[in-house]
Amino acid sequence: MTKEDAVVRVGRALRLVLLIALAVLFLVPFYLLVRNGLSSEQDITAPEWTFFPSKPRWGNITELFDDTSVPFARSLLNSALIAVATTLGTLPLASLAGYGLARVPYRHADKVCYAVLGTLLVPAAVTFVPSFVLVSSLGWISTCRGLIVPTLFPAFACFVFRQYFLGFPAELEDAAQVDGLGQWRTYWLVVVPNARPVFAAVGTIVFVGAWNSFLWPLVIGQDRNAWTVQVALASFTTSQVVRVHELFVAAAVSILPLLVVFLCFQRWIVAGVERSGID
Amino acid sequence: MTADAGPARRRARSRTRWFWIFVGPFALGLGLFTYLPLLWSIALSFFDAHNTVTPTDFVGLDNYTAMLSDDAFLDSLRTFLVFTAFIVPTTYAFSLSLALMVNRVRRARAFFRSVFFLPAACSYVVAALVWKMSVFSGVRFGLANTVLGWSGGDPVAWLSVTDPPWYWLVIVTVRLWLQAGFFMILFLAGLQRIDPALYEAAAVDGARPGRQVLRHITLPQLRATSVAVVLLLVINAFQAFDEFYNLLSDARGYPPYARPPLVYLYYTALGQGQNLGLGSAGAVILSLVIAVVTVGQARRLGLGRRER
Repeated sequence: MTKEDAVVRVGRALRLVLLIALAVLFLVPFYLLVRNGLSSEQDITAPEWTFFPSKPRWGNITELFDDTSVPFARSLLNSALIAVATTLGTLPLASLAGYGLARVPYRHADKVCYAVLGTLLVPAAVTFVPSFVLVSSLGWISTCRGLIVPTLFPAFACFVFRQYFLGFPAELEDAAQVDGLGQWRTYWLVVVPNARPVFAAVGTIVFVGAWNSFLWPLVIGQDRNAWTVQVALASFTTSQVVRVHELFVAAAVSILPLLVVFLCFQRWIVAGVERSGID
Repeated sequence: MTADAGPARRRARSRTRWFWIFVGPFALGLGLFTYLPLLWSIALSFFDAHNTVTPTDFVGLDNYTAMLSDDAFLDSLRTFLVFTAFIVPTTYAFSLSLALMVNRVRRARAFFRSVFFLPAACSYVVAALVWKMSVFSGVRFGLANTVLGWSGGDPVAWLSVTDPPWYWLVIVTVRLWLQAGFFMILFLAGLQRIDPALYEAAAVDGARPGRQVLRHITLPQLRATSVAVVLLLVINAFQAFDEFYNLLSDARGYPPYARPPLVYLYYTALGQGQNLGLGSAGAVILSLVIAVVTVGQARRLGLGRRER
């Protein structure tokens, strides 16, 4: 073995060790969620660090749902409803628009495209004050409409669809036209079934974003019954009396659906991230 | 009208109709929920609008002068600058290093990618909760203080000391943990697009693997990705709200320090008094700032210049 080979080998081993160390570090917060969520309050606040509770307290979960001081079950339901409705609403709206912008020749299509993409530069969060103004004057505070409808038009989703459809094979559409399908049916019967990967990618990203979003639900869902799970968690975190174990079990429950989505759809999410970031 | 112009014109009209059937609903929604609020807000910013969205008391530029002479508002801009100065370079360097390492590791590449990407499934609320209540809990049983205790150090009240401002460590690490994997994915995609022939040519030319190749091939080839990443990082930093709110506010309210623009705006426009005119003026100023920053940065970094 030459000296150079040895150097390369040592470098490779060092890289692997470093990666493993970083991976462990990255998993620590997940470990803390589980450890604290299954501990009693005394275990968590004990002066000596225990790596895992000797008797995991699964009862914390039922305690959480029995606690009437925070409407946790209701907030989970709200979040699920909002995330599903937002995803199901955004996908057809944004994909139709992306398809139209990419594939239907129209004189002013460029201008429309700029108008849509221009909103990418306006940080959505800067518009929260004006949007709040609009939603409150519509009387939509603390309603499902107010929480869902204004979020159905993310420019990024339209942009990703447009980029995808720009490269969509024209032969498929031509064949559909020859078969006598109109624009509308061509879209639903030929284009959509052949574009499933991009639908999956945008859909998962929208779902994750809706489940995790905080500022908008905080501003609009003022009534306790309109809280999403993030708002409920925040009200736990910032309240006077904190029951630490309950807080952690609630947080763990709240990320469970997303971990499942992530592990099942990771391929699509990664594809979506790659598409939405650049080009 | 000539006979041939008829069908062509009819076709054009039919195209226009189809265009709007496809694009119309989305464009309408965007107009209603993005453009209309923006315009409305610009209008509101010239009125005295306490608790009302249809004010009658025109005050001209008063809201703007009030905003720009308000120390708290200027402080929030300073907080944003400090935050950006911390988070943008660290996330950039860290996610690029992760991507370079994951790209070259031979074993379990998919596993490492998943682990580093997994935090993106967490909300800022959950991450802030773990950081505040467990990792950087100010009392002795917090993880950071436990580790400090093993090496004989005294516990630190991470979030409530302002001198030294340890709270920045807490705030920056939350975001770093949460978004590093996302940007690693972007860099990995960029690395995959680099033509392997370039590396072969470099090896033939005698470039040493490692730093030389990184500097003369990898980084220049990643230029487009880098520009996008930096822009996204700055825009994201500007929108920071969730982790600040959840880390720092408690039953007594939000401390006077470390208020980024959105937190400031939240308390001004929606807190007591609901001064929507003032809040709108703040939103307009912030929109201008972010527009100038992004456009200026895009220029400086050469966005729009195509990669070969």
